[in-house]
Amino acid sequence: MIRVVLPPHLRTLARVGGEVEVQVSGPVTQRVVLDAVEARYPMLRGAIRDHDTLKRRAFVRFYACEQDLSHESPDASLPEEVAEGKEPLLIVGALAGG
Amino acid sequence: MSGVRVLVGTRKGAFVLTSDEKRQKWDVSQPHFAGWEMYHLKGSPADPDRIYASQSSGWFGQQIQRSDDGGKTWKPVGNKFAYDGVPGTHQWYDGTPHPWEFKRVWHLEPSLSDPDTVYAGIEDAALFRSTDGGQNWEELSGLRGHGSGPRWQPGAGGMCLHTIVLDPADPKRMFIAISAAGAFRTDDGGKTWKPINRGLRSEYIPDPNADVGHCVHRIAMHPSRPDVLFMQKHWDVMRTDDAGENWKEVSGNLPTDFGFAIDVHAHEPETIFVVPIKSDSEHFPLEGKLRVYRSRTGGNEWEALTNGLPQSNCYVNVLRDAMAVDRLDSCGVYFGTTGGQVYASANGGDSWAPIVRDLPSVLSVEVQTLS
Repeated sequence: MIRVVLPPHLRTLARVGGEVEVQVSGPVTQRVVLDAVEARYPMLRGAIRDHDTLKRRAFVRFYACEQDLSHESPDASLPEEVAEGKEPLLIVGALAGG
Repeated sequence: MSGVRVLVGTRKGAFVLTSDEKRQKWDVSQPHFAGWEMYHLKGSPADPDRIYASQSSGWFGQQIQRSDDGGKTWKPVGNKFAYDGVPGTHQWYDGTPHPWEFKRVWHLEPSLSDPDTVYAGIEDAALFRSTDGGQNWEELSGLRGHGSGPRWQPGAGGMCLHTIVLDPADPKRMFIAISAAGAFRTDDGGKTWKPINRGLRSEYIPDPNADVGHCVHRIAMHPSRPDVLFMQKHWDVMRTDDAGENWKEVSGNLPTDFGFAIDVHAHEPETIFVVPIKSDSEHFPLEGKLRVYRSRTGGNEWEALTNGLPQSNCYVNVLRDAMAVDRLDSCGVYFGTTGGQVYASANGGDSWAPIVRDLPSVLSVEVQTLS
């Protein structure tokens, strides 16, 4: 199981409490994890990534294992600890505004 | 028992305010969608339990929410607004071409007869329609494609399609308004459109006969007279008696004719309400006095309504979608402010009282009259 932590607004939108878990097969990448999250919670389509281009929304960031993965390729492998379910993939709303 | 339900969209959530027909005691809901910008909520005239809401966030984009129980519970529906074909360009602030990009839904207008049909006005300006309760959205692209689209330019608040008025006498006719392109009408259900801006004068447009480029802020109609429209333009209050073919100014004795909101009394088609705002550089009332102005003559002759409204040190704004009327025998008038107050009058504007004082900044106010 892959563990994913959503930001508070998206937890409310998806009506989930803490972490969510998704099952993926094959290489564990941002793309396959986010595909699985969106398949399980369709209301999150368009909220993390653009509907069509699937590019990360500008003020959304991805972290895991104390690394900023936001600028990694969506097809790059996520850290082993995430793939093994030891650490979650964190989806974070960027600090913005004043 | 009859009553009213007031739907309030704010910068940080939505609120549902309810009262009986006396409109003296109000129940204020807890925030719905707390923390999200709620540009607009509106109930279906055909089924008052059906309400649509536009929920958006700079971080997480656009959602559309739907309630089937009068605003108690909600579920997210479709949020994909894809322009039809290659979107092309409109003008940017500096006059250069700029690609059309979806930003948010400003206004939702449910069909007068079918609860599953709803129109959405979006930024960058385009009109969308759903016929399945908000699950799927299709652009009525004849509007952007009618010819003038590449010349449209954003107003200070963005290039938004903010007003959608449906003609109760002719289901194929509707009116829309865009800042800062102007007003447009379709007579064939949205396939083809024409600009209806003759008679509008805007200082910043050198050509007095320009067909587009006008910063229309809001249009209102009384359902019994669908050819008569009232408009609050950036500056100027306007009126047409021929469905937009010709407009004339009816600002009359208003102390300033800048403003955003305008609405029509439920039972008196010649009684209209505006909230004059000092200027486009100072978005607050003149002299710190919050005054609604009422004309009982369809414009030109205006009286200030002040009873119950703050008459000193008031520097709030009333935005374009933040005024509405109910249809009870004694017409109720409502408006919300950027200071978070929602004021109500149960007697056509003669006297006012706040329903609630300390909401987040109010973006929209709509009213449902319940029987």
